[in-house]
Amino acid sequence: MTPSRPLGLIAAFAALAVLYALPAIAPRALVQDLFGVLTLLVLALNWNTLAGFAGLVSVGQQAFVGIGAYAMFAAIILMDLNPLVGVLIGGLAAAAFALPMAFFAFRLNGAYFAIGTWVVADIARLGISQWKALGGGTGTSLPKGTAKDMAFVDRIKAALDVSSAAAADALTYWLMLTLAVAMLVAGHVFLRSRMGLGLQAIRDNETAARSVGVDPVRLKALVFLLTAFGTGLCGALAFIQITRVTPDAAFSVIDWTAFVIFITVIGGIGTLPGPIVGAVIFYALQRLLADYGTIYLIVLGCLGIAVMLFARRGLWGVFTGRTGIDLLPLTHRPPKSAAPQPQASRRTA
Amino acid sequence: MMLIDTLAQGLLLGGLYALFAAGLSLVFGIIRLVNLAHGDLIILGAYLILTVTTITGLHPFVAVLLAASLMFGLGWLLQTHLLNRVLGADILPPLLVTFGLSVVIQNGLLSGFTADSRKLAAGAIEAQSVDLAVVTLGVMPLLTFASAVAVIFALNRLFYRTALGRAFRATSDDAVTAELMGIGPQRIFAGATGIALAVATIAALYLGTRANFDPSIGPARLLYAFEAVIIGGLGSLWGTLGGGIVIGMAQALGASVNPERQILSGHVAFVVVLLLRPRGLFPRASD
Amino acid sequence: MSALLQIAGLTAHYGDFQALFGVDLTLQDGETLAVIGANGAGKTTLMRAITGIAKVTAGTVTLAGEDITRLPAPEILTRGIAMVPEGRRLFPSLTVEENLLIGAHARKGNGHWTLEKVQALFPILKERRHNPGTALSGGQQQMVAIGRALMSNPRVLLCDELSLGLVPVVIKEIYAAFPRIKASGTSIIVVEQDIGQALRVADHVHCMMEGRITLSGRPAELSRSAIHDAYFGVSHA
Repeated sequence: MTPSRPLGLIAAFAALAVLYALPAIAPRALVQDLFGVLTLLVLALNWNTLAGFAGLVSVGQQAFVGIGAYAMFAAIILMDLNPLVGVLIGGLAAAAFALPMAFFAFRLNGAYFAIGTWVVADIARLGISQWKALGGGTGTSLPKGTAKDMAFVDRIKAALDVSSAAAADALTYWLMLTLAVAMLVAGHVFLRSRMGLGLQAIRDNETAARSVGVDPVRLKALVFLLTAFGTGLCGALAFIQITRVTPDAAFSVIDWTAFVIFITVIGGIGTLPGPIVGAVIFYALQRLLADYGTIYLIVLGCLGIAVMLFARRGLWGVFTGRTGIDLLPLTHRPPKSAAPQPQASRRTA
Repeated sequence: MMLIDTLAQGLLLGGLYALFAAGLSLVFGIIRLVNLAHGDLIILGAYLILTVTTITGLHPFVAVLLAASLMFGLGWLLQTHLLNRVLGADILPPLLVTFGLSVVIQNGLLSGFTADSRKLAAGAIEAQSVDLAVVTLGVMPLLTFASAVAVIFALNRLFYRTALGRAFRATSDDAVTAELMGIGPQRIFAGATGIALAVATIAALYLGTRANFDPSIGPARLLYAFEAVIIGGLGSLWGTLGGGIVIGMAQALGASVNPERQILSGHVAFVVVLLLRPRGLFPRASD
Repeated sequence: MSALLQIAGLTAHYGDFQALFGVDLTLQDGETLAVIGANGAGKTTLMRAITGIAKVTAGTVTLAGEDITRLPAPEILTRGIAMVPEGRRLFPSLTVEENLLIGAHARKGNGHWTLEKVQALFPILKERRHNPGTALSGGQQQMVAIGRALMSNPRVLLCDELSLGLVPVVIKEIYAAFPRIKASGTSIIVVEQDIGQALRVADHVHCMMEGRITLSGRPAELSRSAIHDAYFGVSHA
């Protein structure tokens, strides 16, 4: 074990502690900003698992955000359920939609899959636009005070001594932060599990993986389903904060997929910390170029292209390549008892 | 009567979609590259024609010649300096690079031309129509369809009757062996993308003269084009025309029921065809 | 007199694996040379390195005094080295005639070989000119591959494993064309696992093992046991 690892872990826990304490110590605007960044981080963690590890380059993730959001709105407005239950329903609805979507899109190989998922997301957007009970093409808003009615808001309000609106912000922020941490841990555990190793084997060589008994289609379908669930949860939670939904906003390919792709690619696709690095850079760019409107999208696009040309593993890949530090290694270390590898047996480059 | 009229309009609309799709089909077939920026490049072509007409005062039908040459050059440069460098066994880099390109073009157009809708003015011809007893068809839609047939015919001739086309097919079959024949795949790919963008400019001409456009509508054209190619069967140019017609008719039928259902109907037709015929309607024998 | 093709200290890789270790080889004008060796001896990598498809890490390839090491494959073809690749590799979406014509894609000027001359060399290729290349039998496909390479009017023709997967009578038919190819002024390097065939056709034989040339000489000078040792690396005498 490299000596840098415990240090890195301590730093990570310290950063996490600060992030959790933020609503108590920082202004509300910062909490709202970070909520947005965390939303993109959760989406990026899901997309990274899908594209970076399972090789499923989806450009249709906005389908799950939109369906998650609309299912949550339906649960609250039409069924009068608690918003937090609504979020869970949002995740489940997205996963349910992922089934027929996979059945269809998996017919398209490799790169064609990307546009196929985009078409399906567009179908979902146009289909939802026909749902008159939720406002059709013009969308609808959450009933006034919905966020404040969530469980725990009163207690947070009392504990932090803030307005109920700020308390609601704190709650959604904590939930999103927890979702991000859960995704990160789940991703790490999953990728080091038998299934996760099978997935990486498929990515490296599908035929070889098949020959050792890994079923690529089933495994990929499972990942597609699980990341749809995560993406749906995230979308539902994000729209509790936004409080208003329209088909164009909920199914926006720029907001929910393009940003996410750039974050992942710039940070380092196929690496676990990549999306975190990418989200931080994205936030910095957004603040820096906030006054220049569309320029920052152009910068993001160019950065993404440059990374693909010059550093395919992104900034995190460059960092680990230069320093040898890997905070969340996915390779299994050889057992301690194993004899040291003789130099001679290593293949010459 | 209504139905015949709807189907005729759909057929002609399909010509426009075939024009969107022809370049994409060519690039799929030769380079195996899925260009996610194809729709935005069509829109870029429309703005280019607009700029040429504004500066020179030329009619769009003349301006398109200059614009198409410029787009050919752009395609050549794009392929040589960007796309050729990311081609390979890994599908991710070309997808992400073209996706990045899509966002860059969209927002570049947005900052250069604002989000306002624009239109190419073709003059009196826009309002003219031909009365065929059963249906009345606009001259512009008819011209669009005729152009689509002409473009597909010309591309087919190029592909199957010329030395360049032979080199295209050989490279598409086996790029390494093609190199042994003295065919540099990099140049072949550059030529293919150049031609694809020149065709995209022709598509842009009809897109821009028929209806309004703004920088945001590229991705939707990519989806229609993609649907046409897949429905037609990969590698078949006439199939692409057929695919465009299927999408056009489905959209026209959908719109006749409820204008809000136009796009959705096209998508649904695509899904249904793909579920019934996974390799499309006119798949190439090999491949 | 300087050699037509001079290979000196050639080192090359097949993927991550080093397949050639400092190979030296000389081909004189008008000569036919055979490279024999077992599977994996590095013969195909040698051909791919000469034609610019495999990456050369050290050494030089000189054609008629010009250093052509590391030129792109199309450049090497235009300078006069054509290859009949292992497994024939015809283009499936091209007809027989188109497969032949594409061999002349980069050709500048005239030369001995034309479509008519190639079709005269292998008459079946004229008869079946409109068929897809891959619809032919293995032997006929091999004829297309040879004809395709000749269409560039090469000074050096490289033939990789012509006899692989073919029955003896067909192999004989293909090698029967060699005298006419030589007569056109083309020098030839054949790579063969079929030792007997190689000895019959070649002026010089080189035997390869594990990426090195282990034995060279005129067919008449080489004893069976010497070839056997060079081929398998151990003596079974």
